[in-house]
Amino acid sequence: MAIELIYLTVALPLAGFLVNGLLGSRIKNEKAIGAIGAGVVGLSFVIVVMAFFETLGKPVAERTSVVELYSWLAAGDIGVSIAYQVDQLSLVMAMVVTGVGFLIHVYSIGYMHGDKAFWRFFAYLNLFIFAMMNLILADNFVLMFLGWEGVGLCSYLLIGFWYDKKFEKSTTSEAAKKAFVVNRIGDFGFLLGMFLILTTFGSLNFGEVFAGVAAAENVPPLTFELIAIFLFIGATGKSAQIPLYVWLPDAMAGPTPVSALIHAATMVTAGVYMVARTSIIYVNAPTALMVVAVVGLATAFFAATIGLVQNDIKKVLAYSTVSQLGYMFLALGSGAFVAGVFHVMTHAFFKALLFLGAGSVIHGMHEEQDIQKYGGLKKYMPRTYITFLIASLAISGIPPLAGFFSKDEILWYSFMNRGEIFWIVGAVTALLTAFYMFRLLSLTFYGKPRFDEAHTKPHESPYVMTVPLMILAVLSIVGGWIGIPEIFSGEHGNLFHSWLAPVFAEANLAHGAHPSHTTEILLMAISVAGAAGAAYLGYRMYSSSKKQPGELKGAAGAVHKLLFNKYYVDELYDATAVKPTVWTSRYLLWKFIDVGVIDGFINFLGSLVERLSGVLRKMQTGVAQFYAAIMTLGVAITILWIILSL
Amino acid sequence: MEFTLTDLTHLLPIVIVAASVLVAMTIDMFTKEADKTLGWFTALSLFAAAYVSLFFVDKTGVHLSGVVASGGATNILHFVFTFGAGVVALISMEYAKKTEMRVGEYYVLVLSSVLGMMLIAAAKDLAVIFVGLEQMSISFYALAGIRRKRDKSVEASLKYFLLGAFATGFVVYGMALIYGSSGTMALDTIRYAFPDLVSQPLFVLGLALFVIGFAFKIAAVPFHMWAPDVYQGSPTPVAGLMSTVGKAAAFAALLLIFRPVFDGAENALFPFLAIVATLSMLYGAIVAIAQDDLKRMLAYSSVAHAGYMLIGFASGEATGAAGVIYYLVAYAFMNLGAFGIIAMIESAEETNLKVQDYAGLGTRAPALAALLSLFMFALSGIPPLAGFFGKYYVFIAAVEGGATWLALVGVASSAISVYFYLRVVVVMYFGKSENRMEYSVSNVSLLGVTISAMLVILLGVLPGSIIKLIESFVR
Repeated sequence: MAIELIYLTVALPLAGFLVNGLLGSRIKNEKAIGAIGAGVVGLSFVIVVMAFFETLGKPVAERTSVVELYSWLAAGDIGVSIAYQVDQLSLVMAMVVTGVGFLIHVYSIGYMHGDKAFWRFFAYLNLFIFAMMNLILADNFVLMFLGWEGVGLCSYLLIGFWYDKKFEKSTTSEAAKKAFVVNRIGDFGFLLGMFLILTTFGSLNFGEVFAGVAAAENVPPLTFELIAIFLFIGATGKSAQIPLYVWLPDAMAGPTPVSALIHAATMVTAGVYMVARTSIIYVNAPTALMVVAVVGLATAFFAATIGLVQNDIKKVLAYSTVSQLGYMFLALGSGAFVAGVFHVMTHAFFKALLFLGAGSVIHGMHEEQDIQKYGGLKKYMPRTYITFLIASLAISGIPPLAGFFSKDEILWYSFMNRGEIFWIVGAVTALLTAFYMFRLLSLTFYGKPRFDEAHTKPHESPYVMTVPLMILAVLSIVGGWIGIPEIFSGEHGNLFHSWLAPVFAEANLAHGAHPSHTTEILLMAISVAGAAGAAYLGYRMYSSSKKQPGELKGAAGAVHKLLFNKYYVDELYDATAVKPTVWTSRYLLWKFIDVGVIDGFINFLGSLVERLSGVLRKMQTGVAQFYAAIMTLGVAITILWIILSL
Repeated sequence: MEFTLTDLTHLLPIVIVAASVLVAMTIDMFTKEADKTLGWFTALSLFAAAYVSLFFVDKTGVHLSGVVASGGATNILHFVFTFGAGVVALISMEYAKKTEMRVGEYYVLVLSSVLGMMLIAAAKDLAVIFVGLEQMSISFYALAGIRRKRDKSVEASLKYFLLGAFATGFVVYGMALIYGSSGTMALDTIRYAFPDLVSQPLFVLGLALFVIGFAFKIAAVPFHMWAPDVYQGSPTPVAGLMSTVGKAAAFAALLLIFRPVFDGAENALFPFLAIVATLSMLYGAIVAIAQDDLKRMLAYSSVAHAGYMLIGFASGEATGAAGVIYYLVAYAFMNLGAFGIIAMIESAEETNLKVQDYAGLGTRAPALAALLSLFMFALSGIPPLAGFFGKYYVFIAAVEGGATWLALVGVASSAISVYFYLRVVVVMYFGKSENRMEYSVSNVSLLGVTISAMLVILLGVLPGSIIKLIESFVR
């Protein structure tokens, strides 16, 4: 029943968007707008959960159902339907998006209180959920791409939501533009991948394409590699991986709930979802899969090092997100598709919590985002502090919190399928993660206040904001328990695995080696001990009330400067890609080709057409006899032509 | 000749409209001028007929000694005529009040023209086509001149009548030649004998003259000269009626004669159709650029659209015919919507019809401006609205029929036409104007326009399902 109604999870947010978007400025009442915005997402969540239980009640072989709404366009043999695929993978994603999305909607009611465009914010958020649900539930590449572009648009709209606000050296609009342009590069890759799929398999429907992949015998391996690489380029754009990650840190210009929803919990995992969805293509493209693993690992490490020294609370979290997304791709690249999706889920819980907590701090500190100007907030914001602490423990991989299980599984698979080096770099990244998280936590909540307590009066946020924090905190603790590895859970096995694994049944990567349980436990112990140590170090170094964090900079010297400036990647891109492109666009493409050649030609054509138009209109004399004469002429020519051609 | 209850139910849409003509005449005797009763009666009975048409769409059969068909494509066309004319009735009420038109004759003539169209679409016999054509045309001549105190209206009526009579002459002469060479008026018999007939010069000539007569009705170049003058001079809702459902009826006749007998681009008359289509598309698009009067602009635009629709005949497959029907539906509602808004903005003295008069409408009447923009976008063929998919399907038909060049001409003239459609949008939103003109927005007119807008969006969002439905009936 609920499965047949799955289209409502798309339709409801759309309805919310239309109501708030068209009538919001007249409703004016924040409570009504917020209730509509959050309500439609909450209802969608209920439907998804019902669909989940319905699916759970079915035998494993029958858990995939496709709900076709209508045939959208058809031309020859190619048809695209508006059809939604409900299976184990899409249900997990849909639950995360609507569940976490609902909490963030509720939180936003408090966070955006008093904003002059309150209604616009909720309209955009609902539009985002609409697009994201299309992306997740689509049963074909075209509809998925529609959602893919839709979430990109919403991301753009929401990053630049406060379009007149200053952000770093420019404005939020510039940040929004950057996100959009960088994403376009990725989208181009996605499109190329789709075209190649269409020409190779003659369809864009998931079922048909994947059946085609499974049955493909005379498809050259290179085709698979190309498709996989093109799709992965799309994924690097949306999911902020090297080399296209640069937009995500700037995306923090948007309101904090947006960072939590779009730039941490849901949209940025779209690339992970897409690769997982097309896993069967990737296992047929070993080189591309290796690229995924390497890029994921490199991004994870690289972003974590940058996160070590940033001073903007949201910047730290942004690089942390990039880094965690890297983990997910490492999982996918190691053939651990289930683990990748598992980390998507747990990460959604604790990263949304971290961002919302950060939002609560920023809110309480009157829009201050510099952690150097925080300190000792523990006593002012107890609820925010406790939940933030839980999230920090979770992301640091401390058992038995959620992050531990998913991260551990990823590291284990990378060790098995990709070798020791991958494990070592992954584990070191985990240490770095624990360190920068506890640095952030300590600078914010511990020690003595580094702001003027008399002047700035920090306050705890209202319950409408902190209750979502508490719910997410519970999820950050227990969320990983459905994926307890077999060595601990014994006969029950890994529940999450037995749920999701059938989706990837045909995408099994041969395990390189089967190390013993002892190895598994040993590796696990090393990474946990390391993370705990790093967390403690972070706490010790930054919670001391005497030491100003600024003083620590001297020791690290050049390295610190390099990290603080994010390896100068923005500057590098600016010099090698942006400036030349802008120059070429401006002087060659615009001023010469566009204005000179194309406009010149078009204007010539235009004036020609206009002149022709002026001449032809004179034929319209208004004299009926003349009209009749023209008709007769037409008839005469026709008859003549028929006689001649016979 | 028997007339059974089955005939009655199958032909119910036609029966409803025919009865409405008579009832409307009766109502007219008891109502005063500018009364809305008659308008509502007309609209509701047309919508009822539209509903019944769709409801009985699967009741295919032939009736009345085999001269009239029901069900399938016929009923889809009936739906277009009745629903479209229903919308016209809605947008007419306020206009009739504003211009003090004679409502009695007006609605009776609208209904009777629709009856003629329905006969054309249902015809299985050349004689029925002719009867339907005349019933429609004569109603149109009278409708064009219904504002008899205005010179322009009278002029439009007279011109339309003179040239229309001329065109009808060709139709009759063509029918005579077809009958002379084939010995029958029954379309089915002609279809079976077609392979033998096509080598007879007289038959081909008859066919050509028949097609020319209808090329006049659809306003295809070079038989289009009447359209700008007549559209401009006629009352705006009448121009909407003639350019949409009137055109659809003429296309119905072309579909009847072409669908069964011809076989794609190979057929004998295809070069003729291709040339007429090319001329219509380019001429309509180019000359529309020079027009300042919106009604004249839409007249030339309707010439261009007739060209696009003719492209659909390039393919003998069902996709071509389905594409044409889809286009007819799409065009009917985007054009009716535009005419509906023009009728609201226009004053009783027929001013406020220039493009420049619309300057600043975007701020003064945001809803009207948004709706008109929607129709302009749809007419210029911007996805995902009805107009885009209309073009898409006929262009596909051209490619399938091996006439890709025709689709390319279509794309080129679409590009040209974007200029004059979007100029309206630009003027509405960015034009500066001191003109504080009055316009009359009535809820009824708005209802008609909103229905059109919803159909334009729906046809653009659900094109796949609708074209499949139509295709299943034209096969």
